[in-house]
Amino acid sequence: MTFEQYETGGFFDEMIGEDGQPRSAARPLARNILSLPPGELVHRQQAAYRALVQMGITFNVYGASAGVEKTLPFDLVPRIVPASEWDRIERGLRQRIFALNIFINDLYHDRKIIKDGVIPEHVIASSKGFRPQCMGIKPPRGIWCHITGTDLVRHRDGQIYVLEDNLRCPSGVSYVLENRHLMKSLFPEVFAQSKIRPVSNYPIHLRDMLEFLAPDGVVGPRVVLLTPGVFNSAYFEHSFLAQQMGVELVEGSDLVVSDGFVWMRTTQGFERVDVIYRRIDDDFIDPEAFRADSMLGVPGLMEVYKAGNVALANAPGTGVADDKVVYAYVPRIIKYYLGEDAILPNVPTYICEEKKDLDYVLEHLPELVVKAAHESGGNGMLVGPHSTSEICAEFAERIKANPRNYIAQPTLALSRVPTLCNGALEGRHVDLRPYILYGKDIFVLPGGLTRVALKKGSLVVNSSQGGGTKDTWVLADNILTESDRGPEAVQMQTQTFNAQIQGEIS
Amino acid sequence: MLSRVADSIYWMSRYVERAENVARFVDVNLNLMLDAPGGAGQQWQPLVATTGDHEDFAKRFGKATQHNVTQFLTFDRENPNSIISCLRAARESARSVREIISSEMWLQLNKFYLQVNDAAESGKGMESPHDFFSSVKLSSHLFNGVTDATMTHGEAWNFSRLGRKLERADKTSRILDVKYFILLRSAAEVGTAFDDVQWAAVLRSTSAFEMYRKRHGRISPKGIAQFLLLDTEFPRAIRYCLEMARRSLHAISGTPLGSFKNNGEKQLGQLCSDLAYAHLDDIFAGGLHEYLDDLQTRINLVGTGIFETFFARKVPVSGQPHGKARS
Repeated sequence: MTFEQYETGGFFDEMIGEDGQPRSAARPLARNILSLPPGELVHRQQAAYRALVQMGITFNVYGASAGVEKTLPFDLVPRIVPASEWDRIERGLRQRIFALNIFINDLYHDRKIIKDGVIPEHVIASSKGFRPQCMGIKPPRGIWCHITGTDLVRHRDGQIYVLEDNLRCPSGVSYVLENRHLMKSLFPEVFAQSKIRPVSNYPIHLRDMLEFLAPDGVVGPRVVLLTPGVFNSAYFEHSFLAQQMGVELVEGSDLVVSDGFVWMRTTQGFERVDVIYRRIDDDFIDPEAFRADSMLGVPGLMEVYKAGNVALANAPGTGVADDKVVYAYVPRIIKYYLGEDAILPNVPTYICEEKKDLDYVLEHLPELVVKAAHESGGNGMLVGPHSTSEICAEFAERIKANPRNYIAQPTLALSRVPTLCNGALEGRHVDLRPYILYGKDIFVLPGGLTRVALKKGSLVVNSSQGGGTKDTWVLADNILTESDRGPEAVQMQTQTFNAQIQGEIS
Repeated sequence: MLSRVADSIYWMSRYVERAENVARFVDVNLNLMLDAPGGAGQQWQPLVATTGDHEDFAKRFGKATQHNVTQFLTFDRENPNSIISCLRAARESARSVREIISSEMWLQLNKFYLQVNDAAESGKGMESPHDFFSSVKLSSHLFNGVTDATMTHGEAWNFSRLGRKLERADKTSRILDVKYFILLRSAAEVGTAFDDVQWAAVLRSTSAFEMYRKRHGRISPKGIAQFLLLDTEFPRAIRYCLEMARRSLHAISGTPLGSFKNNGEKQLGQLCSDLAYAHLDDIFAGGLHEYLDDLQTRINLVGTGIFETFFARKVPVSGQPHGKARS
């Protein structure tokens, strides 16, 4: 197998440079792939598939008959990120999460950012993720967005852009860990030659972060992971993370509120719960505070949370910043709170409720991607270049009827990575979701979930629409230890901010 | 541990054990039928009768032929006690406690399920039935071995052993009972060479043939009943199983052996005592079938007691201490 027939197709290729040769960071891998006997790559891919089925690393398909499980397709050619590039991504993510946390806290308290005219009040008020029930709440240690999975994409210009923030308990990190586990058995030679930063300590960081949130005075806090149950599509991940962290995996019916605390039902009686990593949406966590018809949550949970007797991660209410219109303001949010320019830019975004932008969007629909403000997973989306004029016209009416609900972005030419398709390597489009934990400090997992659109030419990487995953290798060539990283501005500010919030609480 | 989790672990083990025992049932009958002179006494009805699902079977399958009964007990997804349904239920239980059990256990159980599922889907399971049922037994043994070798022998493990041993005690009693049904049908054959063959088959279906020979030598109905009911060392003997279940139950609750704090402990303690002081002559005088029937009812009551004490959803009483609070 060679890369001679490999076509980059005019896209930015993460592995092969414009000269048709492997990029320097990818050379050990490329050498290894080229040295394999014919068919070996396919053979290893099949071995990976068998391992996934046997390990039961599967997700449930909604609507399909019970017991139907699929494995998330896994491609064995990794995405490789050079150390210097990762360094910038990491700084950008720290900056962004730090600012977003201040922003969310401000929205539920003083609303300075609205008073100062940076973001219009009605945008916040009409955001579905905004929770009036959270007004005035002071979450433990002042942190709202503990776990974030920011979606990044690279355009043809080589620049990395932020596509979405995903502040409501994003999923997928279990695949990062399992993919790496697989890759180490598939390409042990390459791991020996390339310095690849490890990801396996994520569960340790996650548990440390969760314990950091425990109510004051609690020694040896009881942390649990709250899942909607075995039928949820991400159930494997919930159980995997609970196991890796060594905490209890609970369902709503395992918990009960009594005398101002949360308890879990055990074989030996009731035990108090101090920190809940909940993988249930705001809407469903407490039928007394949110949706009354929820069977998944714990009645009375929000009252215990407000009283400071239990911590929730993520805090309820963070979804306001997942609104795609609010997203469009993030560069201004960073500037407002930190006085800095965003290190990682947003994808240029037209806000349809602004007259000038709306006119532009309506005139240029066939070349734009239009997204509904509250949808995710590729739903409610118009991909102009792939749509007929009828569909565009219909979408134009929808936008005009409710401009607040739409944003538009230029169609991005997502970068590609060689992917094994029918026995040969072909370029397929990818995005990247790194995971960020915000506890005592901000930790960015060196790696992340590389999602790949397996259909030829497709730009949709979602697993529900034919997407798969790849391992992500962040190289450690110029690795710095925590203390070597120096007085980084953002980290300093994080500590100052935490101290400030803690001061307010105590 | 969480009540729901304990419940799932208990049932995971029960279902694996049940699947294994159904395989034993069917396999031994297949063997028995091969030994039957001239195809006489094709007896499949007793298998359905002893599992307690005969009404469902009659409705959906009708005649108790070898094919129908084997299908019903092995691959029928609508029969909750078929091998495939048991394994599916065991796997679903395991899936809901994956973070508690060892990953080796999950891997083995998942493989086990996939193996039977493949056999069902491909229709090839019955091409070589003996191999198939042997592989089911072996997979179950592997699962139990992996469980004992990779899981801390703490509370969760004890719930697993409790479930497994109660299920096994119940199923051994039913295997003994199958013989009773066959006897009913062929009273003329009592004491014949064919009768010996049948009793030997009962032993084989509980992997007890060789161990029995070492202990009792000659094949005799009383010797076999003694061995499968009251032996204190054979791992599939009812008394042995219930004794192990009792140890696990007391390890979970912390109640000293010989006393009780809940209904399950009381029921199981009394049952073990009765077995300890039982005599074969008394059992046969009252009828072996009647004795086994009563035994099964009492094992069910132990199960009910365990449910009430450990698995049932309870609500804390406001103002009273709830349990272990830390602050």
